[in-house]
Amino acid sequence: MALPRRHAIQVVALVILLFFTAFFFVPMIWLFLAPTKTDGQLLTQSPFAFGSFHTLAQTFHRVVTYSGHSVLTWLKNSAIYSFGGTALAVVAAIPAGYGLALTQFIGRRLLLSITLVVMIMPATALVLPLFLEINKLGLYGTIWSLILPFGFFPFGVYLAYIYFSSTIPRDLLAAARIDGAGEWAVFRYIALPLARPIVSLVGFFAFVASWNNFFLPFVMTYDSSQYPLQVGLQQLIGSTASFNPANFSAGSSIVVLHRPDLAMAVIVAIAPVLIVFLFAQRALVSGMLAGATKE
Amino acid sequence: MTVPSAAAVPDGRASARRGNWAAGKREHPLAGSSRTAGYFFVAIYVALLALLGIAPVVYAIYLALSNSGGFGSSFVNAFNDYRFLPAFEHILEFMGLWLVSQTILVVGLTLMLHNLAQRVGAVFRFLFYIPGALAGAASVIVWLFMLDPSASPFAFVLHWFGYAQFNNTIAPGNLPAIFAIMAFWTGAGGWIVVMYGALNNIPHELLESAQIDGANAFKTALFIKLPLIRKWVVYMLVLSFAGGTQLFVEPTVLGSAALGVGVSKYWSPNQLAWFVASQYDNFNEAAAISVVLLVLGLAIAAVLVWRGRLFEAE
Repeated sequence: MALPRRHAIQVVALVILLFFTAFFFVPMIWLFLAPTKTDGQLLTQSPFAFGSFHTLAQTFHRVVTYSGHSVLTWLKNSAIYSFGGTALAVVAAIPAGYGLALTQFIGRRLLLSITLVVMIMPATALVLPLFLEINKLGLYGTIWSLILPFGFFPFGVYLAYIYFSSTIPRDLLAAARIDGAGEWAVFRYIALPLARPIVSLVGFFAFVASWNNFFLPFVMTYDSSQYPLQVGLQQLIGSTASFNPANFSAGSSIVVLHRPDLAMAVIVAIAPVLIVFLFAQRALVSGMLAGATKE
Repeated sequence: MTVPSAAAVPDGRASARRGNWAAGKREHPLAGSSRTAGYFFVAIYVALLALLGIAPVVYAIYLALSNSGGFGSSFVNAFNDYRFLPAFEHILEFMGLWLVSQTILVVGLTLMLHNLAQRVGAVFRFLFYIPGALAGAASVIVWLFMLDPSASPFAFVLHWFGYAQFNNTIAPGNLPAIFAIMAFWTGAGGWIVVMYGALNNIPHELLESAQIDGANAFKTALFIKLPLIRKWVVYMLVLSFAGGTQLFVEPTVLGSAALGVGVSKYWSPNQLAWFVASQYDNFNEAAAISVVLLVLGLAIAAVLVWRGRLFEAE
């Protein structure tokens, strides 16, 4: 009797897993197939049917040319904010992690504790206070209102701290000092070359966090020409006929988009992050678990 | 994005395993290094921390307290705002649904995956993890499509519930559940990866001896694996709770798909704070609401860091 029961449990487990696989993955498949169809085909054809490459090209063209190539402007803005923020995050976090892990100074432990608290606290809790402050400082509407907050990345500092305190042998640094190297030279010529993996990891996480951020640019930008793609996507919903029919009375001058166009825009918006997720998955997961398996 | 980065987690374990933050206090080769060098290395970060981490908090508290109506009147105004309590009720309802389902499903799915062959489990974990790439507005738009009965691949499910049109699905009473589904869809995969990693840290001999003692897979999961990953479950719950209070993107983006129904512009507390700031230029009340949210987030983070022992020595 034991064997059939065990089989029954395994079958139930498999059914549950397949159910959740559908839940997690069907939306992704649907998203990538939608731009190959026209809005009409989307309603009549199977959700998993492939339309045609011709339609895909047309959809892509409509999205790119929408409202004077707005999508390209947003893409450029996203790139400026994200790369700017990432560069600042890396430049600040890598030496800070090194300093916290391998040098001594008064207030080191306090700085570590504050870093941890800010890292765990949801970043969104700071958005409105940041808005109020940036407004007061007169930086509202400038690229600095986004690049500076994106560059403040306590999680990166923490990652770098963990990396430097666990992988760089202290004796190596001590030997360099005995040989007469100054503190900067020790960092620049010994620690930094060994830190390449953590530089790319911090850079990647900072980039994803900036690229995907919606709330901060939503409050910091007021004109379509400043939007990053995440905020631009929201404007596209307003131009999508089936989600906002009221906006499209007869003779309206607003450019009408359809569901496949919106899906295409989403794909453009997520492509950079998704590519890294797909091709660097192993590195990412091992990075996420960095140190966890090493005792 | 309101779901905390799953990536934040394993590093907690890393340091928990590695030992104490203050390890550097002992005398080691660094004792001879110059003391001022440390300040130099952390300088840029400390400047950013002061300008973008601490100053905004101090300024928000100052704004919240310096209303012309007198000390604390911004808080009184905020609490008396007829939209204040409903906003908190909304997110409480959302978090109730999300936290319970996320806890049960993430733990359940991880335990199931851990019983599969390594390679098969890896494929599932990867598929569950991929939606994590779609944070922010993108994932909300994907769910706009999924909730639209005329185009959704899940249309048959929506029809079971009697939803024939998009505005049936996004009826106000459904919103907490909808946001819970969105949050689960983007966040669960990352947590499953984390929990799976924690399960892999369980010594093989322990599981083997349980098996020899006659425990089946179900009993092993319940009595051995689950207690050993309990602190990760607590960690996930606390972080999700902190993130959930900040809900903003989902109701804002869903709200722009109006269709005559619309989602209120002050559905969540963060939305309300932004609404009073942007519509009425009432920065004092906005600051008061954001201070309430900040205190919630800070308190949770501080408890985790100083009392949770998760980041301290074993």
